[in-house]
Amino acid sequence: MSLLSVRSLSIRFPVHRGWWRAPSRFVHAVDDVSFDLAAGETVGLVGESGCGKTTLGRAVVRLIAPTAGAIEFGGIDLASLKPGQLRPVRRRLQMIFQDPFGSLNPCLTVGQIIGEALDIHGLARTRTARRARVGALLDHVGLAPADARRYPREFSGGQRQRIGIARALAVEPELIVCDEPVSALDVSVQAQVVNLLHDLQREHGLAYLFIAHDLALIEHLSRRILVMYLGRVVEAGDTKAVCRAPAHPYTQALLSAVPRLDPSANQRRIVLTGEVPSPITPPSGCRFHPRCPMAEPRCRHAVPALGEISSGRWAACHLVGAGNRMAMLECLV
Amino acid sequence: MPGGALKTERQAGDSRVLEIEDLRIEFETGAQAVPVLDGVSLDIGSGETVCLVGESGSGKTVTALAIARLLPCPPARYAGGRILVNGRDVLRMSARELRTIRGRVVSYVFQDPAVALNPVLRAGAQVRETLALHRPEAAHNDEVISLLRWVGIPAPELRIRDYPHQLSGGMQQRLMLAMALASHPRLLVADEPTTALDVTIQAQILELLRALRRQLNMSVLLITHNLGLVGEIADRVVVLYAGQIIEEAPARELLSRPRHPYTRALMKSVPELGRDAPRLDAIPGSVPRLGDWPAGCRFHPRCPMARPDCSREAPALASVAPHQRVRCRFWDHAP
Repeated sequence: MSLLSVRSLSIRFPVHRGWWRAPSRFVHAVDDVSFDLAAGETVGLVGESGCGKTTLGRAVVRLIAPTAGAIEFGGIDLASLKPGQLRPVRRRLQMIFQDPFGSLNPCLTVGQIIGEALDIHGLARTRTARRARVGALLDHVGLAPADARRYPREFSGGQRQRIGIARALAVEPELIVCDEPVSALDVSVQAQVVNLLHDLQREHGLAYLFIAHDLALIEHLSRRILVMYLGRVVEAGDTKAVCRAPAHPYTQALLSAVPRLDPSANQRRIVLTGEVPSPITPPSGCRFHPRCPMAEPRCRHAVPALGEISSGRWAACHLVGAGNRMAMLECLV
Repeated sequence: MPGGALKTERQAGDSRVLEIEDLRIEFETGAQAVPVLDGVSLDIGSGETVCLVGESGSGKTVTALAIARLLPCPPARYAGGRILVNGRDVLRMSARELRTIRGRVVSYVFQDPAVALNPVLRAGAQVRETLALHRPEAAHNDEVISLLRWVGIPAPELRIRDYPHQLSGGMQQRLMLAMALASHPRLLVADEPTTALDVTIQAQILELLRALRRQLNMSVLLITHNLGLVGEIADRVVVLYAGQIIEEAPARELLSRPRHPYTRALMKSVPELGRDAPRLDAIPGSVPRLGDWPAGCRFHPRCPMARPDCSREAPALASVAPHQRVRCRFWDHAP
């Protein structure tokens, strides 16, 4: 059975134009997204800014209430829970944030930041137990137990992200939503944090919903991938398979735009024209059609459903199965 | 006129747009001066694209800003060296002379266009302002529109009436480029121009830069932390670490055969598409803070090949092949 199961999740934000008027327009941040995540598994969520990946991640830990749809975590529907009922669930569900500077309270010591999580969930009965647990957690993420007395400002970005990870680990969660956990770090430190997340997963059997814009990083970390565009999942499946032979034209363009270190990785570049349209007035039909190099007339009217194109591979494109299959085969050879 | 003698020296068939020689910059913090750049030398030929790669605190942005003497003094202090733009020393120019360089010979594009643009001026007015300064005869809307069209802004006749906040990040960066190119500069300094943008937009901007560079025979100094961009656009690469150049090489050479342990480690530490590895080769430790640089080789505490000598003797930037310099005494030892 899956640990997390998201069904037809939609999240809209009202656009207020004056306080006396009822909102007439909405930002369609997430639109009809469904996926499953098993215990101990990593699912990568990739997409450009504004595609709704962070909103989706925040909805999974119920920092944002969904407009429609269900989020089932361990058999409990998070969408219907009242604030008071959320706390016991949140112990099993944690989040690591992108910005290691903004996500730690500058007025608290590291010990207080991590200890707060223990206090809220009543996980340390005595002060000695609390101190020992904080020390063990810091040691676990590669910091010194003595660092508990220091303040966040005394640490580098990579070390701060380790503190954020220790805070998430304090309550022994089953699922951690990682929202771009390394993109704010120096390149030479990113690998340390990625490896740490990898090791912690193996030790504790953690499940990750890993949100990133970096496809190579997602390919490295996650077995399955969801590609989002303007609030919708356009492609999903085994990460290696998707990266080797992307089916959706958007995934193809996204992959071809990744700068490569290896100069011999002679790639066919697809440079998309135009930009991501506004999620307030998303295009009709397939939301990618105004930028799609292969768009046909029907793409303008009919919304493509996310259909299974082969075992465990899903894509939302009218053309997958016909001409696009050719492109796929070409890449496979 | 200061620098006048230099100008005549350089006229004999020298096509170098920029020459930085042994540049030292310090930041004054209270009583002490913290070194930020420590003897950086680099040059850029006409029409050449050079990538300056480094992490935060390596001094790459300080180098970029120093070229047109844009660093605020104090706290910055030019402690030594020369910066020759078209053969004339920028560090010895008067304010009036600097104005003939800034924006006209050397133009800038910055990382965050939303901050670099004036929020209360319409897009067209901002470009027109640049034109009025550098090409007054062309400061009219027709020229603005053709500039915007040139950098790929759709429907420029309508866009010139927009304020920056009405444009997307990619469009704002194109607007910055239009402003930077309005004066037909000889050198474009682009400081992380695509870092704030999405990958598909980044691909568009790089494509545009490549095309513009060809059309204008303009030199480009591209500053980035992303080694991946090197293969996309650079002719030559200069790698900075803790205020020093640690490696310099032609782009292809650096990507296929990096010599310095830092460059090698950096390339191995980033995940790459299609490479199957359970763990990444992480570099231990973190980037040294300003004013807290290790003695000897500045990379030695994090270097997998470090030897006892490395903590005592500072290695020099040595020539190892034509156009290739490395600051490591053990560069030819197997990792």
